[in-house]
Amino acid sequence: MVPVTWYMALSAAVFAIGVFGFVTRRNVIIMFMSVELMLNAVNINLVAMSHYLEDIRGQIMVFFIIAVAAAEAAIGLAIIIALFRNRPTAHIDEIKEMGG
Amino acid sequence: MLVELYFLYFAAAIIGLSITVVTRKNPVHSVLWMLLLFFNIAGLYLMLNAEMMAAIQIIVYAGAILVLFLFVVLLLDLKKEIDAEQYVGIWPTGVAVAVALFTLILIMTRSFVAGPHGNLTIERVRELSHPGVIGRAMFTEYLFPFEVASLVLLVAVIGAIILAKKRIKE
Repeated sequence: MVPVTWYMALSAAVFAIGVFGFVTRRNVIIMFMSVELMLNAVNINLVAMSHYLEDIRGQIMVFFIIAVAAAEAAIGLAIIIALFRNRPTAHIDEIKEMGG
Repeated sequence: MLVELYFLYFAAAIIGLSITVVTRKNPVHSVLWMLLLFFNIAGLYLMLNAEMMAAIQIIVYAGAILVLFLFVVLLLDLKKEIDAEQYVGIWPTGVAVAVALFTLILIMTRSFVAGPHGNLTIERVRELSHPGVIGRAMFTEYLFPFEVASLVLLVAVIGAIILAKKRIKE
């Protein structure tokens, strides 16, 4: 039996890698993929907890997280397409029209 | 012993593939490595007796979300980006932040106390089948969130169409 803390450590590692990708990459698409990576880390944690606590609620939560991730990907990629139409670049440093 | 070995294989594969995904220069390579990563995560779910979750991971994440990513990456002309600098100037700070976050969560897991156990032991889940258990919970206890999720997806569909469509000039 694998201890549940191993799953938590794995989840933390994947989440940290996602954070690293999000804060250091300059390509918008890879930043979005880092967000998906973080969501997957949370999903691993929830499924492991659900299994160890013998309760199905964690997996129901994973269901909703996947639904929200799908919605987020659709909206985010639509924003990238709209952005690309105005400025043909996927580099965040070159996108500063909104003064951010 | 064998279970631990399987876990260590999946953990090594997932961490290695995650690092590969966030460090590739070409987004197409990144998406394809992520496909492999999602299959490994589905394997991990199978180890946790969550067959339905493994199927959804492959069907929705690998089948729908990643295909959407690949579609957009190939739609946009990103040849210039591949030659450009891929990290922000202060990327060592990013590494430090990620390592600090990982250490912090690892320290926090040491004080983890499990809550009360539910009544769905593995034998009971096998008896009712895993999709059956999920369906029962989803359509009784979580019916309202389920309907809200459908609304979220509807909003996403409409929003994506409005954002991505070309403005019609009068």
